[in-house]
Amino acid sequence: MLDNIPQIPVAEWIDDGVDNITDWFSFIFNPIQDGFGWLLDTSAEYLAMVPPFIIIILVALIAFFLSGKKFGLAAFSIVGLIFIHNQELWEQLMFTFTLVFYASLISVIVGIPFGILMSKSNIAQNIITPVLDFMQTMPAFVYLIPAVAFFGIGMVPGVFASFVFATPPVVRFTNLGIRQVSDELVEASDAFGTTGSQKLFKVELPMAKTTIMAGVNQTVMLSLSMVVIASMIGAPGLGRDVLSALQRAEAGTGFVAGFGIVILAIIIDRFTQSLNKGK
Amino acid sequence: MPIKVENLSKIFGKKTKEATRLLDEGYSKEDILEKTGCTVGVNRATFEVEEGEVFVIMGLSGSGKSTLVRLLNRLIEPTEGSVEIDGQNLATMNKEDLREIRRTKMSMVFQRFALFPFRSVRENAEFGLEIQGMEKEERSQKAEEALELVGLGGYVEQLPSQLSGGMQQRVGLARALANDPEVLLMDEAFSALDPLIRKDMQDELLDLQEKMQKTIVFITHDLDEALRIGDRIALMKDGSIVQIGSPEEILTNPANDYVEKFVEDVDRSKVLTAEHIMKRPETVDYDKHGPRVALERMREQGLSSIFVTDRSRNLKGYVTADEARQARESGIEKLSEIMKTEVPTVDKDTQIQDIFNIIHDSPVPVAVTEDGKLRGIIVRGAVIAALADGNEVDADDA
Repeated sequence: MLDNIPQIPVAEWIDDGVDNITDWFSFIFNPIQDGFGWLLDTSAEYLAMVPPFIIIILVALIAFFLSGKKFGLAAFSIVGLIFIHNQELWEQLMFTFTLVFYASLISVIVGIPFGILMSKSNIAQNIITPVLDFMQTMPAFVYLIPAVAFFGIGMVPGVFASFVFATPPVVRFTNLGIRQVSDELVEASDAFGTTGSQKLFKVELPMAKTTIMAGVNQTVMLSLSMVVIASMIGAPGLGRDVLSALQRAEAGTGFVAGFGIVILAIIIDRFTQSLNKGK
Repeated sequence: MPIKVENLSKIFGKKTKEATRLLDEGYSKEDILEKTGCTVGVNRATFEVEEGEVFVIMGLSGSGKSTLVRLLNRLIEPTEGSVEIDGQNLATMNKEDLREIRRTKMSMVFQRFALFPFRSVRENAEFGLEIQGMEKEERSQKAEEALELVGLGGYVEQLPSQLSGGMQQRVGLARALANDPEVLLMDEAFSALDPLIRKDMQDELLDLQEKMQKTIVFITHDLDEALRIGDRIALMKDGSIVQIGSPEEILTNPANDYVEKFVEDVDRSKVLTAEHIMKRPETVDYDKHGPRVALERMREQGLSSIFVTDRSRNLKGYVTADEARQARESGIEKLSEIMKTEVPTVDKDTQIQDIFNIIHDSPVPVAVTEDGKLRGIIVRGAVIAALADGNEVDADDA
């Protein structure tokens, strides 16, 4: 009986949708592709021009102070980065870092306001939550397809796909953090006659900061994983080495590039976490 | 009249209209819950708070007292009724006006302090002023003055988490006072503190109140606390106010069984004052009378001493029977020559527990005065009788 139902042409609809969006919004997509692509390229190139030892020292110094003047993270950063340089993966590292940086920056800039909106309105929460669920559970590769349609190949579609995949945590955590602010503090704020924005900036966001930063950390880590996948659509960086090693079945090269990603991931993760701990 | 509350009600739930109607028809809280699913938080509360008064709202948990205080500054929207502050009805005013009232006229102190943990003590105290847009220097200065007032002058740079509970609540109090509000709303402000600290804070609040003369609405579930700091007390049960009166009125004349039950086990010594147990004094007037009259009066009343006053009953001293007899024999005519002027004296509002120590060491009865005029005397037996009267608690406490 089920066979009698004709197949619903969902795939065709989506194809048409993507085509139409690409056509209609090309006046937006094209300038983004050019302008943002230029920004990404230039940033990565400038970064790659800085002598590696300066970057290594800078990272080590930041690690030292962020971790409360302990040597562990700084030492790891120095050894890890020297290893990457030694394996001649430095330029790829710079590209990957640039992608992660811009992708998570955009995710955070867009995500936090949405999180605030969700926390203030139950209607917004009910609408946004399933959208976030969808964004997070859809296999990440799928986003690459429309990303290519919209932005061609290269870094820009990588950032776009990463944005879609990595934004949900920061939205969720912002919402959670603000909703978790204790009733008494909200009452105290109201009782002293705060306006909505005074309450948000002087009470709720500072109180939610730890939770929001946990979300930022998650978002950055997801961006990193997505940026690696984005090498499939031509985004440069460490992911591309992994991909080409896969295509040629070169376990060694694959693992070396993989180590590079792991080192970058650990450094970024510890950095964003220690930002959260504050003093 | 700073605060005038009329028929103020709060009904939680969806069918508030129907619930209000049922309430007007005299249905009980339980009936209304059953019929409409609505909870009556506060049921037509009506009262007035005088300027400079400490008005205590007390009741057990669930009696609606915390809801009531939040209706006063509209942290909770009233279902019905009015709250007038300086002639403005808070219950119906628009948001801007309400914000202005909250900023300038009333501040709140919270049960669990509600301090901002990421702000220093000074920044916490500054909060209300910062919200008003006051310049940094001016508000810092005002905040520090307020902190000085509550005895935290040396802690301005600390974070709240570095302070003890009592000190944290002082910050809460300073934050409320920094705004220089007319009305202070204190929601179980001392309930989270341990008993000894709580007593200290009560005393300190009374001291501060002496200086500031704010209008204070104080919420508590602790009758001892209510009796200690309240000029008047409103007792709440199931959302309704069952009695409003001075501590004495509530204790000596409970409006119904509920109030009576409530006050049954209060430590009477904390509430009864000298006025309640004093007797009419026998006196002699040192302008008119000499030792002879004094002796005669003592003999009539069976006293061993008698208080001496002037014509307008200002207390001057006392004479003992022995000295009066000697004076008569040696022909001294004036009482002022033989009287002792060191008289144990208490004010008519002194609490019995404080009289106890004075009377214990005194050879003569204690004089009760009001503005220097003799109002009555207290003999040792009266203090003991008052403490014993219907009060088993003392024995339990000991």
